[in-house]
Amino acid sequence: MGASNYVEGVDLAFKIILGISFFFLIGITTVMLYFVIRYRRKKHPVAIQMKDNNLLEITWITIPLILVLLMFYFGYVAFRPQRIVPKDAMPISVIAKMWFWTFEYEGGKQSPVLVVPLKKPILLNLHSDDVIHSLYIPAFRIKEDVVPGKSNYMWFIPEQLGEYDILCTAYCGLRHSYMETKARVVTEAEYQAWLLALPAKSSEPAGLTILKKNACTGCHSIDGTKLVSASFKGLYGKTEKVLTDGKERSITVDDAYIKTSVYEPDKDIVVGFPKGVMKTYKGIVTEEELNQVIDYFKTIK
Amino acid sequence: MTEEKTHHPEPSYLVNTGKYKGLMSWLTSTDHKRIGLMYMYAMMVFFIVGVLLGEIMRLELFRPGQQFYGPQMYNGLFTLHGIIMIFTVVIPGLAAVFGNFSMPIMIGAKDVAFPRLNLFSFYLYIIGAGIALTSQFMGNGPPDTGWTFYAPYSIQTHTNVVAAVFGAFVLGFSSILTGLNFIVTMHRMRAPGMTFFKMPLFPWSLYATAWIQVLATPIVGITLLMVIAERWLRIGFFDPSLGGDPVLYQHLFWIYSHPAVYIMILPAMGVITEIIPTFAQRKVFGYRAIAVSSLAIALVGYFVWAHHMYTSGMSPTARWIFSLLTFLVAVPSAIKVFNWVTTMYRGSIDMKPPFLFALGFIFLFMIGGMTGLTLGALATNIHVHDTAYVVAHFHYIVFGGVGFAFFAAIHYWYPKMYGRMYNFKRANWAFGFLFIGFNLLYFPQFIIGIMGMPRRYFDYLPQFTLGMQLSFFGGILLLIGIILMITNLFSKKGAIAPANPWGGRTYEWTVPSPPPVENFEVMPVMGEDEEPYDYK
Repeated sequence: MGASNYVEGVDLAFKIILGISFFFLIGITTVMLYFVIRYRRKKHPVAIQMKDNNLLEITWITIPLILVLLMFYFGYVAFRPQRIVPKDAMPISVIAKMWFWTFEYEGGKQSPVLVVPLKKPILLNLHSDDVIHSLYIPAFRIKEDVVPGKSNYMWFIPEQLGEYDILCTAYCGLRHSYMETKARVVTEAEYQAWLLALPAKSSEPAGLTILKKNACTGCHSIDGTKLVSASFKGLYGKTEKVLTDGKERSITVDDAYIKTSVYEPDKDIVVGFPKGVMKTYKGIVTEEELNQVIDYFKTIK
Repeated sequence: MTEEKTHHPEPSYLVNTGKYKGLMSWLTSTDHKRIGLMYMYAMMVFFIVGVLLGEIMRLELFRPGQQFYGPQMYNGLFTLHGIIMIFTVVIPGLAAVFGNFSMPIMIGAKDVAFPRLNLFSFYLYIIGAGIALTSQFMGNGPPDTGWTFYAPYSIQTHTNVVAAVFGAFVLGFSSILTGLNFIVTMHRMRAPGMTFFKMPLFPWSLYATAWIQVLATPIVGITLLMVIAERWLRIGFFDPSLGGDPVLYQHLFWIYSHPAVYIMILPAMGVITEIIPTFAQRKVFGYRAIAVSSLAIALVGYFVWAHHMYTSGMSPTARWIFSLLTFLVAVPSAIKVFNWVTTMYRGSIDMKPPFLFALGFIFLFMIGGMTGLTLGALATNIHVHDTAYVVAHFHYIVFGGVGFAFFAAIHYWYPKMYGRMYNFKRANWAFGFLFIGFNLLYFPQFIIGIMGMPRRYFDYLPQFTLGMQLSFFGGILLLIGIILMITNLFSKKGAIAPANPWGGRTYEWTVPSPPPVENFEVMPVMGEDEEPYDYK
């Protein structure tokens, strides 16, 4: 038994298709090599001509046709249940954003990992806030694109306790390969306890919400780790060397500097970072929002 | 048509007879043979650049975590690798090089129907490639969308997408005009007596290809213009934040780009169909089946595009219909393989390098095609879509298939192109490195793909390390093979080649090596009782 209700069917389809393919690959290669050796010019100096044979042509049209239709069928039957969602499936919203996953449970509780109870049908409703992502859980054999402006879905029944990789498979920009998390399958009791302990919807500071909404935290961490660019932690009040119009100068990170950096990111570039990576947020982040962000920065020194 | 000519009254096409000398005599030449060679030289440069970009990616992927450079550079690298290899190497590929060089001679023509248009196509090719490459050095840095330019990322990214997209747009026109030229050439300029069903099979494959070029390329052309318009004018075709539909982009893109796979592979199949009868000295088995299967592939190939989109959220009905159609297109490819192998039966097989490369092609193409079956089936596709499995699959088709067929073709027609032979032993060694290196590079990608390794990943989970490292070493062997092959062919002149070194029966082997400017001294006529490949 596999990690989800699909594993058996999908793996069977793999075995049938790859099995038939392997048989023909070995068979045809063997025959080909046999001909090449048996009829090599040294041993077989004069070729014997042969007439076309319609019966043979029809045979090797018909047999592959039957086989590929068989393969189609096995691919189809293993796939069909993936689109028929049981009525009692538990809905979880998935929000994809450059470059992290958020899973929203009933009551608006949010989690960065997907925790699901064993043996219970789970319906994932997929939403993207920016570009196309794709939710892939290899162990469950499922994948569906998360398309902005479209309500895609996927469903499954977790069949084995454990922790499984969740990966993004639709190229979504800079940190595509880091857009990964875990699916944790737990018992019903553990699930209920976990859900209860999950803090209710955001008690987070307004500034942090704005940073997340605009995907700032994709490149700038809030805990000091270096992602694409500098971390926000301890940024406010720091002294930095920047390049302005190609000239190096020292500045202190204050309100004015932060405003310039958000609205004209290429104006003062911190030495050691490339130009042109960040787009301007003029007209996207308002002054008022930016003030809330600055207030938040002051709290994470 | 079998008599070999021993005197050279006409100067060969390599001798300058026009008003220009040196490089200019080539750049102004409307001779299909010279244009073919110019495509080949340009393509070799692009190919080597593309290979090196691939190796630089493999180097970074040798270990998990960041090794030598960051993700932005990696994303730019795989985008550039894809653009160069797809748009400037494999799509023009065999048709532009060997279609130009050999096809007119094979059908008994002096040149293509529109020689000046042919030269114009070449210039469009160079201009388009040039524009695509400027994207690397201008604007806000190299594009990072992948060669597929998927919306809405391609609309939103700040990198220089417009130049790359416009380059691909111009390259499309080169392809359309070449296709048009070839269609007219094959309709109007075949030797008297050569009916369509007496035409050799490489021209047949080019004929099927040309129709795809003419009918499918405009769709990607307009799609790419829509991307540019959307970026500049914020129209809202594809970007949902502007009111567009990103899945529409995928449909439009693949309506061209799937048939484009057949633009690449059909001429490759055509070349293999020439080489096998020549080296087996046997009339090709199932001539009509092979000719018609080319058309069948071109036709059915139009209706399978959405198999790239099973996970996009299409309706379940669309998913199964496209899956079914995809399986149907597998059959004509299988027919070709069976006919090739049967052509060897009771032949008199001469294991020369072109034949060796052709055997390599058949093996690698079978792996590519058969792993395509798991991608055509719905359930299995869902699991391996957008993983390293897909990367392995299409490299087996476009490199193991198109690439090896290109190598086979170059070893086959080299004596005709230059009037010289090359060293067989070194060519065989090069084949050995290429074949082993290729499999070591791409086969592990099937395995890690099934294990769940997504494609276009700068960094990866530790369980995929072994596969990545095997691929790296495969890449090194492959590179050695490429260097061996190119130095063998182009570093020094070999012995003088006769007109027909392999005992071929198509028209190009009846004219001197290298051929005179107008190809034939006496224009050939195909008799009532004559057929192509009439080995006795």
